[in-house]
Amino acid sequence: MVGFAGWDMPVQYAGLIAEHEAVRSTAGVFDVSHMGEIVVSGSDATEFLYYVLTNDVARLRKGRSQYTLICNEAGGVVDDAMLYRLGETEYLLVVNAANVETASEWLAGVVGDFEVELENRSDDYCLLAVQGPETEARLDPGCDLDLTGLRRTRIREVEVFGRGVLIGRTGYTGEDGFEIFCSPEDGPAIWDELLGLDIMPAGLGARNTLRLEAGMALHGNELGVDITPIEAGLAGVVAMEKGDFVGREALAAVAESGPSRRLRGLRTSGRGIPRDHYPVKTEHGDGVVTSGTFSPTLQGGIGMAFVPPACEIGDSVSVEIRGREWEATLVEMPFYSNVSRWRAKSS
Amino acid sequence: MNPKELKYTREHEWIRVEGDECTIGITDYAQEELGDVVFVELPDVGAAIFSDKPFGAVESVKAVSDLFAPVSGEVVAVNGDLDNAPETVNTETYGDGWMIRVKLSDPGEVDSLMDSAAYQKLVDELRS
Repeated sequence: MVGFAGWDMPVQYAGLIAEHEAVRSTAGVFDVSHMGEIVVSGSDATEFLYYVLTNDVARLRKGRSQYTLICNEAGGVVDDAMLYRLGETEYLLVVNAANVETASEWLAGVVGDFEVELENRSDDYCLLAVQGPETEARLDPGCDLDLTGLRRTRIREVEVFGRGVLIGRTGYTGEDGFEIFCSPEDGPAIWDELLGLDIMPAGLGARNTLRLEAGMALHGNELGVDITPIEAGLAGVVAMEKGDFVGREALAAVAESGPSRRLRGLRTSGRGIPRDHYPVKTEHGDGVVTSGTFSPTLQGGIGMAFVPPACEIGDSVSVEIRGREWEATLVEMPFYSNVSRWRAKSS
Repeated sequence: MNPKELKYTREHEWIRVEGDECTIGITDYAQEELGDVVFVELPDVGAAIFSDKPFGAVESVKAVSDLFAPVSGEVVAVNGDLDNAPETVNTETYGDGWMIRVKLSDPGEVDSLMDSAAYQKLVDELRS
């Protein structure tokens, strides 16, 4: 167990690789109850979120979710979040555990004249992320909704194992899967039911290797108040065309002049394993690794790094690992994804 | 759990002394903390190692950790099997998971290492 944003979190249960492989091949479950849940409601909820988040909330229909960012005026990322639209004027914003207070305060500071209510409901929700290609088949019999009909990014109020929950077809692993929001009272019973379905408990360690393989950013590593989404390769969740929003001016300027660094995936040769803060050398200048690990799926070192914008996919670079230069190649992200499988299934 | 005939360091290495040579590995506590070991970086045969100084590193999926030399001396053998089976460090921690054999340059250094009881006390404190 390790301390993490005030929570005691399991790094691993059976073993990181076993847990990682279970999620890639069958099913695993993460207790991510540490994540923060902020409910945004009121007659101006949509307008408010349109203004305070970078993605286009107007395109988000009821029962769906989108990945989004909370930016400050300078275009830095206060937090990244999943936004679920629960009703016409009710939204659930899921933020990082370490940023619940910061994000809540930031949002409250922007409310102004908007008719909107913000509630930090983090203590009211357990969050269990059930992930892997077999989760649909294993979870479906215990759910009163036909899960084969629940498409990617959708969220519904359902009963699982006879208990009322919110279930979203979302996740942070690059696999098909579901996230179950339930009451803290129901959490342990649902957890036990899931384990009874031969779904392997997985810890923070596997969560990190899975998200890295999936090319997903982690706030504090690839994202932060001193990093813009354009640098982090997340321009796709910044809806520049939607009109005014917090950070728009600064981000438009960065987009116009071009970012001074760019997040890229890299693969190391041989047995070098990149880790965060390791220096990177490229022919266009220096960079730095933001996250790195041994990829259980690819059986080699993978990482994300900020490098000069002139660097291109396919470039040979080097990573300094304990004083030695290791060859590495800049590659497309994600490193691995099962996206096509579940897209085909859910379309 | 920690073999009685071995000596231990505060950095969680074990050392088995046999005459003027010794075998070095990492402890069960260390392998458990690291999790799945995927790569062990070791010095070459003939290299000199120095007490309390790093002589290599263990990469697990989760993290990387320096290996600290319990004693000073010259490396006389390296466990090449770990190249293809680094997980042996997790499964055969005090046996086939050994890392290097060293010819001691100052056998007296061994006296300052912990015995298994003292090491167990340290681990108990770390786990509490």
